[in-house]
Amino acid sequence: MTAPHPHVDFSGVAVRIGLATILRDVDLAVAPGESVGLFGSNGAGKTTLLRVIATLLRPSGGRAYVLGTDLDSQDRFDIRPRLGLIGHLPALYPELSLLGNLEFSARIAGVPIPAARKALETVGLGLAADRRAGEASHGMQRRVEFAREIMLEPDLLLLDEPHSALDPSAIELVEHIVAGVLERSGAVVLVSHDVARVAPMVTRTAELAGGTVNE
Amino acid sequence: MSDHFWRQALAVARRDLDRERHSGEVAWVTIPFGAIALLLVPLAVGINQDVLERIGTGMLFVVVMLFGVLTAVRRTNIETPAQRDAIALLGVDPVAEFTGKSMATAVLLLVFEVVMGAVAVALYGLDLSGWGWMVLVMPLTAIGLAELGTLSGAIAASVQAGPALVPLLVTPLAVPLLLGATQTVESIGGDGGNLSWLILMVIVVLVLAIVGVITARPLQETR
Repeated sequence: MTAPHPHVDFSGVAVRIGLATILRDVDLAVAPGESVGLFGSNGAGKTTLLRVIATLLRPSGGRAYVLGTDLDSQDRFDIRPRLGLIGHLPALYPELSLLGNLEFSARIAGVPIPAARKALETVGLGLAADRRAGEASHGMQRRVEFAREIMLEPDLLLLDEPHSALDPSAIELVEHIVAGVLERSGAVVLVSHDVARVAPMVTRTAELAGGTVNE
Repeated sequence: MSDHFWRQALAVARRDLDRERHSGEVAWVTIPFGAIALLLVPLAVGINQDVLERIGTGMLFVVVMLFGVLTAVRRTNIETPAQRDAIALLGVDPVAEFTGKSMATAVLLLVFEVVMGAVAVALYGLDLSGWGWMVLVMPLTAIGLAELGTLSGAIAASVQAGPALVPLLVTPLAVPLLLGATQTVESIGGDGGNLSWLILMVIVVLVLAIVGVITARPLQETR
């Protein structure tokens, strides 16, 4: 029996933006059922690496496969619905309600609309469903983004500083979401500068320094 | 076009219209300022009914074009990089996104045109005979400006030039629409010349749609 394809399979990946080399010679493999924590100081290239894995930034060199798809090929667009990304900044529309934001995601992704309310209730925001995102706290907005990932069930979840602006109950929620992805044989990559807080959620850690990954 | 395509396009259009409904950008900012612009013209050129009737249609579409550009600039500004990343990862078809955004902007511009048309008739005493053509001219102008605005917004986002680039892209390309709209209405009662201007508008709308469809994916990837 052969081992399953890694969800992330990077070899010698480089990213250059203008004259700056942000990532160089990155080797990283993340298997299904694995949760990898990448640590590094500010400017180490953590967010850039997540954006490459998320197919939002094309590598300048090396060989990069995500969910078995070469990121140099046009097929990379097809895997996007299987990816989830929660970044630094909320991606909600401030004029829409919390529920409206989730329903929009559901319509685009082809998920039944009632799943949006259910996901919102799961993250404890059922009573705030009609509140406009622009009037919600940063922590509530992050919860809505977690609700989106609960609803969409990605195969590969990417988290950028997942503890930012969260209270202890929300941190438990992140752990619950990560566990759910791993139970489905998905994988998680999370980046943080705070090793201690992320440690309970990861099965393996690596350090990102000088634009490359050291395991 | 598949059900999937139209579901996504309609979701994007609905999102943009919902955002407008809550922000009131067009209803409470663009429409009042457009009406003021139409009101200022008689003050500037004098209240001479013949002059106002002669320039009325042209002024109406100049105001529609300028505020159409304003709406296009605004729509470029309202999407953050994080929102663009999120919608890309939802697996939105870039052509459906272009279509949906254009649909929403066209609806808003059409509302704007209808209100401005009523204001222009009231202020300039325009002769309404033959305004049946407006049933075609107004939607074509709205669709053309919406496509142009959406396309220019995507180009501006892809080169990270910000909204400053949008008026520079939209204004010259909107000239055929302005000419087509004005001349169609002006030539009513003539020798059928209005049809050729209308055809020009249809061609512009189709060309913009084709360019929007062809460039949607590359522009999404470079922004």
